[in-house]
Amino acid sequence: MTQHGGTSPKLALSESKGEERIGVYVCHCGTNIAGVVDVQEVAEWAAAQLEHRGVVIGREYKFMCSSLGQELIEKDIKELELTRVVVAACSPHLHEHTFRTACKNAGLNPYLCELVSIREQVSWVHTDKAAATAKAKAVVSGGVERVIRHAPLEPLRVPIHPDTLVVGGGIAGIQSALEIADAGYHVYLVEREPSIGGHMAQFDKTFPTLDCSACILTPKMVQVGTHPNVTLLTWSEVEKVDGFVGNFTVTVRKKARKVIEDLCTGCGICQEKCPKKVIDDVYEAGLGYRKAVYTPFPQAVPKYPVMDVENCTYFEKGTCKACEKFCPTNAIDFKQQDEILTLQVGNIVLATGYDLFDARRVTNYGYGRLPNVFTSLEFERLSNAAGPTNGNIVLRDGKTTPKAVGIVHCVGSRDRNFNNYCSVICCMQGLKFAHLVHERTGAIVYNFYIDMRTAYKAYDEFYQRVLEEGTLFVRGKVAEITDVPRRPDEDGHLIVQVEDTLAGKQRRIPVDMVILSTGLQPRYDAKETAKRFGLSCSSDGWFIEKHPKLDPISTMTEGIYIAGCVQGPKDIPSSVAQGAAAAARVLGKIQQKEISIEPVRASVNQDQCSGCRICNNLCPYNAISFDEDRGVSLVNAALCQGCGTCVAACPAGAISGTAFSNDQILSQIEGLLLLNIDEPVTA
Amino acid sequence: MTYKFEPTIIGFTCNWCSYRAADLAGTARIKYPPNVRLVRLMCSGRLDPTFVFKALASGADGVIITGCHPGECHYLEQNYKALRRFQLMRRTLVGLGLEPGRVKLIWASAAEGARFASEINIFVEEIRALGPLHWGVPDDEEPSTVHSPLSEMEVPA
Ligand SMILES: Cc1cc2nc3c(=O)[nH]c(=O)nc-3n(C[C@H](O)[C@H](O)[C@H](O)COP(=O)(O)OP(=O)(O)OC[C@H]3O[C@@H](n4cnc5c(N)ncnc54)[C@H](O)[C@@H]3O)c2cc1C
Ligand code: SF4
Ligand code: SF4
Ligand code: FES
Repeated sequence: MTQHGGTSPKLALSESKGEERIGVYVCHCGTNIAGVVDVQEVAEWAAAQLEHRGVVIGREYKFMCSSLGQELIEKDIKELELTRVVVAACSPHLHEHTFRTACKNAGLNPYLCELVSIREQVSWVHTDKAAATAKAKAVVSGGVERVIRHAPLEPLRVPIHPDTLVVGGGIAGIQSALEIADAGYHVYLVEREPSIGGHMAQFDKTFPTLDCSACILTPKMVQVGTHPNVTLLTWSEVEKVDGFVGNFTVTVRKKARKVIEDLCTGCGICQEKCPKKVIDDVYEAGLGYRKAVYTPFPQAVPKYPVMDVENCTYFEKGTCKACEKFCPTNAIDFKQQDEILTLQVGNIVLATGYDLFDARRVTNYGYGRLPNVFTSLEFERLSNAAGPTNGNIVLRDGKTTPKAVGIVHCVGSRDRNFNNYCSVICCMQGLKFAHLVHERTGAIVYNFYIDMRTAYKAYDEFYQRVLEEGTLFVRGKVAEITDVPRRPDEDGHLIVQVEDTLAGKQRRIPVDMVILSTGLQPRYDAKETAKRFGLSCSSDGWFIEKHPKLDPISTMTEGIYIAGCVQGPKDIPSSVAQGAAAAARVLGKIQQKEISIEPVRASVNQDQCSGCRICNNLCPYNAISFDEDRGVSLVNAALCQGCGTCVAACPAGAISGTAFSNDQILSQIEGLLLLNIDEPVTA
Repeated sequence: MTYKFEPTIIGFTCNWCSYRAADLAGTARIKYPPNVRLVRLMCSGRLDPTFVFKALASGADGVIITGCHPGECHYLEQNYKALRRFQLMRRTLVGLGLEPGRVKLIWASAAEGARFASEINIFVEEIRALGPLHWGVPDDEEPSTVHSPLSEMEVPA
C-alpha cells in the first residue's frame, strides 16, 4: 500500500466548486495521533484535494481541544467566513461537545461541525503509518461530504421531572437519597431486601478508623427512613423502566410483606412467637438464624417485618398463625398481595452494590468442605457483637477459641482463573480481621498476601499498626488449605501450604482457623439490571461509566447515574463520595428544570407519505401514529428517540431523520470511499 | 512482484454499543487492519439497505454491520429489525450476483473492544479471500485506481 497524498489522486466527486466554506482541523493529540498519522499531510491534502468540495483551509495543531486550538477554529470561522467545520481528532463521545461549543461561540450553528475520529479509529489501532495516513484522509473526506449536508439545528428542550429514583439502599444509595432529599426534592428509594443498609450493616468495625459500622450507619438509615422527602420502598423491585431523561416511568413491584405497615408498630412480638427458625443466608451469611417473619436486624429501617412465605408454617401446612394471634395491633395479613406502583421520575441513580465472590469456586482452599475455613462476610458476622456468637471469635463448633489464624488475601481476585481485577478492599479487610483477631483472642495471626495494597488516606498507617501488633506476614499465594497432616504438629489443624516468596521456600503453616479475604463481584443479576435500565456492563460485569476518568458517575444513558460498588469495587468513603456526586448531578439537572438534548428525531414528509403504514409498528416507543383523515403517518417528536428504524424502513423515503439523514450518510460513504486503498505492492 | 489485495470495507456502527466498542479497541490500543472505515448510526435499525448498496457501488469490497447484542439495543429491540432486514438484503444482493460473504452482521457490546477488533480482522481476511468487487469501477479503468462515486449508479432512496 502506498499513501496517496504525494501523487495527485484522480478526484471523482462532482467537479463543481462547493458552495460551502469548510475548515478542516487535524489534531496531533500530542503524539497520540501525530505519532502514527502524518497530520500535516492530511491537513494539506484536505486543503488541496478537497478544495473543489469547499474546503478553504486545512490546519493541524498540537491539541485542537485546548483553548488555543478552539480559538484557532473560532478565529477562522470569523475571518474566513467558514460555514462548516470538520475536526479530525478523538472520538465524538469525548469532544463533540467541545468543538460544537467552539463553533457556537463564533456564531456558527453547532450542528454544522463534524468531529471525525482519527485517534480511536486510526492512530491507536493501526501501526502502518502510510496506511493510517491514507485512512485518516478517507475519514476526513467522509466528514467533509457529510458536513456539507448538515443543516443548522436547535437542541430539543425537555422538562425534568423533579422526582428521583434511587435503586439500592446500601451506603451509596442512602447517601444519594439523603443529599437529594435534603436539597428539597422527592426521592423514591427502592431496596429489594426488607431493610436498607446493604453490606455495611453486616460489619462490626470499619477500617481504617475501626469505628463501629452500626454507629455510623444507623443514624443515616433512620434519617432516610424518616425524611419527609423520601418514599422508602423496601422489599421491592424495579420491574420496568420506560421513557427517557427527564421523564422516566418506572414500574415497581412492592412485594407483599404480609404485614400492614400502617398498623405495625415494630414491636417484634411476631418474630419472637414465630416457631419457624430459618438459616439466614443473607444478613447472617449463613451463620445464624432468623424467623419466618423477621426483620434482618434490630436496627432495620423500616421497622416492619416481612413474612417469608416459602418458609412460613402456615403457608406450608395451613396452620400456625402464631404471629397473627400475638400481634397486638392486628397488623398481620396473610392475604396481602404484591402491589404494582408506577412512578414518574426525572433521573435515576443505580446503587445496587456487589455480591461476595463465591469462595467455593477456589476448591483448593476448601471452603464449604473444611468447616473452619470462613469467608470474609462470615467473619464480619462472627466478630460482630450483635452477631450469632455475640462477637466471640470461635471455630465452627461455636465454642473453641482459635490459637492460630491464617488470613488469605486476594481470594478470587487478581487470579486469571476467577477475576482479573483487584477487589480493592480485601487487603484492608484482611488487616482489619488481623487486628480484630489479635485484640479479641490473642491468637497468632498470619496474613498471606501477594502484594499489600493499602492506598488511600490513613490506610498504610493502619497496616503499620497491624505490623506492630505482631501479625506475621507471609508474601506468597496460598497453594492449598488442607486438613491432611504430614507432621505430628499438624495433627488436628488446618495446614496452609504457601510459597514464601520473600524467603524463597515452601512453608506449611498449621492454624486453627482460616479466613478468606474474599473479593467482590458484580451482583448475580447485574446483567439483567443493566438491561432493564438500558446500560452496559464491562466484560467483568461492573456497570460502565460514561468516562473512566472524567465521568465515573454518569452512564451512556442520559439521566441514569451509578454510585458505589455497582461501578466497580471500592471502599465505603469512595462509595459515599460517588453517591453524593450522583446526587449533585441529579440536582443540577432538576434545577435546570429543562435540559437540552440532541435533536436527533424523525419526521414524516406528508406529501411523500403513501400511507402504507409500514412504519407504524416499527417504533419501539409508539411514536408513530396514523392520521386516518389525511391517510398519512405522523411522528410524535416528544416520543421519538431518533433510532432511525422507521427512516430506514419507509419505502417512499418519506421519513427523514435529523442529524442522520439519508443524504448525510450516503454522502459520508461516498467521501469515505474517495480513496481506494488497494494498490499493488512490490515486494 | 507480489500483489496483495487490500480490500476497502465500510463498517456501520451503532452509537451505543459497537461504536463504543471501536472506541474501546482504540483506548486499549488493540490493533486491527486499516481496511475498514466506519460510519456511525444511532442504531443498527437505522441501516437502510441503500447504504450498503451505495457502499458497494462506490468502491467498497465488503460491508460490515455492527450493533448491540440481541436484547441490548438502546432502543429496545431495533437490532432484531436490523437482523431481519439484513437477511432480506443479503438475499437481494445474492440475487444481484454478489457473494453473500461480502456483507456481514455482527454484535459487539460497548465492552467488547477486543471482539470488535478480532471481528474486523476476520472480515478483512474473508474479503481478501473473495477478492476485489469492482462494482465501483468503470470498465475501462484499472482496479488499482481511485474509485468514482458513480452518482449515476446511486440506488434511489
Ligand atoms: C467483608 C467486607 C468487609 C468490608 N469492610 C469494609 C470496611 O471496613 N471499610 C470500608 O470502607 N469498606 C469495607 N468494605 C467495602 C464496603 O462493603 C463497600 O464499599 C460498600 O458496602 C459499598 O456500598 P454499596 O452501597 O455500593 O453496595 P451494597 O452495600 O452492596 O448495597 C447495595 C444495596 O442494593 C440492594 N440491591 C441490590 N440489587 C438491587 C435491585 N436490583 N433492586 C433493589 N435493590 C437492590 C442490596 O440489597 C443492597 O442493600 C467491606 C466489604 C466486605 C465484603
Ligand atoms: S412507512 Fe413511510 S409511507 Fe408508509 S406510512 Fe410510514 S411514513 Fe408513510
Ligand atoms: S426514529 Fe422512528 S422508529 Fe425510531 S423512535 Fe423515532 S419515530 Fe420511532
Ligand atoms: S442501539 Fe445499538 S443496535 Fe440499536
